[in-house]
Amino acid sequence: MHGKALRTLSISTVVAMATALALVFFYAPLEAEQGFLQKIFYVHVPLAIVALCGFVLGGLLAIQHLRTRDPRWDYRSYVVIHMSLIFAVGTLITGSIWAKGSWGHWWVWSEPTLVSFLIVFLLYATYQPLRFAIEDPERQSRYASVFAITAGAFVPMNFIAVRLSTAYLHPRVLGSTSNLPAPMALTFLVSLVAMALLFATMCKFELAAKHTRAQVRALRRRLAGEADARRGARSAAPSLQHVTAMAARVQRGAPPTSHTPGSR
Amino acid sequence: MNVIERQAPALHSSSADVGRARQPRTRLVVGALLRKELLVELRTLQSVPGMSLFALSTFVVFHFALNRNSVEGDLAAGVLLVTLLFAAMLGVNRLFVADADQGGFDAFLLAPVERTALLIAKTLTLLAYLVVLELVAVPAFGLLLLGSPLGPALPWLVVTLLLVDLGVAAIGTLVAALAVHTRARDLLGPLLSLPLLVPIVIGGARAVEPLLTQAHRTAPAIRWLLTLGLYDLVFGLIAYALFDFLLED
Amino acid sequence: MSDAALLVQGLTRRYGERAALEDVCLSLPRERTLVVFGPNGAGKTTLLRVLATLLRPHAGSVSVLGSALPAQSWAVRGRLGMLAHEPLLYRELTARENLRFHARLHGVREARVEELLEAVAMGSRASEPLRTLSRGMVQRVAVARSVLHDPELLLLDEPYANLDPAAVELVAPLIGVGGDGRKRTRVICSHDPSGGLAEADVVLGLRAGRAALLRAADQVDPDEIVGLYR
Repeated sequence: MHGKALRTLSISTVVAMATALALVFFYAPLEAEQGFLQKIFYVHVPLAIVALCGFVLGGLLAIQHLRTRDPRWDYRSYVVIHMSLIFAVGTLITGSIWAKGSWGHWWVWSEPTLVSFLIVFLLYATYQPLRFAIEDPERQSRYASVFAITAGAFVPMNFIAVRLSTAYLHPRVLGSTSNLPAPMALTFLVSLVAMALLFATMCKFELAAKHTRAQVRALRRRLAGEADARRGARSAAPSLQHVTAMAARVQRGAPPTSHTPGSR
Repeated sequence: MNVIERQAPALHSSSADVGRARQPRTRLVVGALLRKELLVELRTLQSVPGMSLFALSTFVVFHFALNRNSVEGDLAAGVLLVTLLFAAMLGVNRLFVADADQGGFDAFLLAPVERTALLIAKTLTLLAYLVVLELVAVPAFGLLLLGSPLGPALPWLVVTLLLVDLGVAAIGTLVAALAVHTRARDLLGPLLSLPLLVPIVIGGARAVEPLLTQAHRTAPAIRWLLTLGLYDLVFGLIAYALFDFLLED
Repeated sequence: MSDAALLVQGLTRRYGERAALEDVCLSLPRERTLVVFGPNGAGKTTLLRVLATLLRPHAGSVSVLGSALPAQSWAVRGRLGMLAHEPLLYRELTARENLRFHARLHGVREARVEELLEAVAMGSRASEPLRTLSRGMVQRVAVARSVLHDPELLLLDEPYANLDPAAVELVAPLIGVGGDGRKRTRVICSHDPSGGLAEADVVLGLRAGRAALLRAADQVDPDEIVGLYR
């Protein structure tokens, strides 16, 4: 189910990242004020953009889950949000390094992007504890989707609100992305594409890994008989009911065709 | 989404003598729910007194923590809003507990009513708790900590706090419904709410700031009132759209 | 539209990767009683909750009183009554306040509340908070709650638990007969083989989520029911 796409994605990611790194180190000019440190901009801003889009995408996938009740959408939503959270932490760390390098402090309140990310991080950090705290798997998926949609809508509004509040204090410290000279703009674009591909690849990887693991579990359970029904281990990850159904079909000897569970 | 399951025309039933209306109007259902909430709260006094006392204690703590006899301007706005927000968290935590523990959800879900009636009723309940809280907390704040006269600030303060309350009520109800079915309900309520409430804190504090100073007795900047209003509207709509999914099984 | 009160085919409801109900089929004509037997965890409560529109079926078709679940759940809700393990009543409110609240939710007039309070012999204690009443009394009020809106279909989870014989006598006619004098259509979950069998028209035996036994009651031996529990 994931194999072919994964290979294409991985290769393109490697190519894109290599190109981006080459451009960053050898092509992009050194910025007048901040010097070499400014190059972290090519990591920090793409991380930020991809993370933000990831959070909003998580919300959109969650909407699909609530509309169709297909657990696969919840799965995708979970993985995307999980990955975006990691990228968000990356944004905070690179932003902090940049702030220390150019402003002297590890944290600055006057940079609205950084502040917004802190708030967004604090919100999404509750996503997994929320999931983990609900035992019933279907309820867990549903509540997680509600959270993902709420939080996804929150992200842009939060950005606007924080930007409004910091407008009075200082002008943007870390520079804006407009008015970039051509070489920098090109490097930035390539970095952005590379980051987006990295995100997509890592999501695919996680989806494929979980899917495979769930298939093995389901087959094992089928072979052992349903006797050891509830294994008891609570998990924050959504369950894959459709995989169980597929495993049942495989055991009966039928082809494991794609199957949409649930009635509406 | 759940459009099919709403606004259903009622169906004829065989039994005639019970004298029941087919599907009670949402307005009446919200009224019945509100009545029940009020009764339970009056009997148990588990939300409002606690919230009010907490606010008063917090003012005292702030006096010692900030080492100030009075606060003004943005410091005053901050102290007031933070106190109200944290007291609100207490109310949010308890909002659905009685229903979850005593099977109230099932009883409601079995009734032939619009499910958003519960959302409306609970939001109005939380709003009422917040208003009562402010009736206690704001005068207390004026007495204990505020360096400037409260009286002239009141009209605009009331307007701003009302907008803040609407936002807190909408988000608080949604988060409370999310948190109540989890194992760590007391913890997740505040953890989920606070980031979501940051824009309200921003709008509320910036709006209230000019009101709480000696010299500038001006009205709040419209920008902040608009921010509050829009945020309230958006989250009200989101809560309205998503609430049904939290109720069903 | 069939005349059957219940028509269930291939009903499956999962709990994560485990099946709480699997491929359950049954049908029940109106004015008949279905009694469901089975050990704990067999899926009796899940089945009841699916029929009550509280749980969505994951697969299969369910038709209650002519309406297909879950698409037409709204059409059926006011015509169902449910008596669960929990009384679904607020402990801090009185019996009267609780019943009035439910009456308003169902659009039932208030005089009916008084009628039912008398019918379950709770008239004298109707103004005391439920937390001061014994379990048996609370159960009586719960029965009143479940028949308040005179439902066409009554779903009961061990209705006679916590009730002394006198209370059972009071409550049985309310559960058994509707406001129009006709017998109620009922689904009862029971652990009592002889008592449950006596009331049943159709018997369903569940084991590990599957229907192990589905037959007309007069063709069922009490020993078969006991066998489900082994």
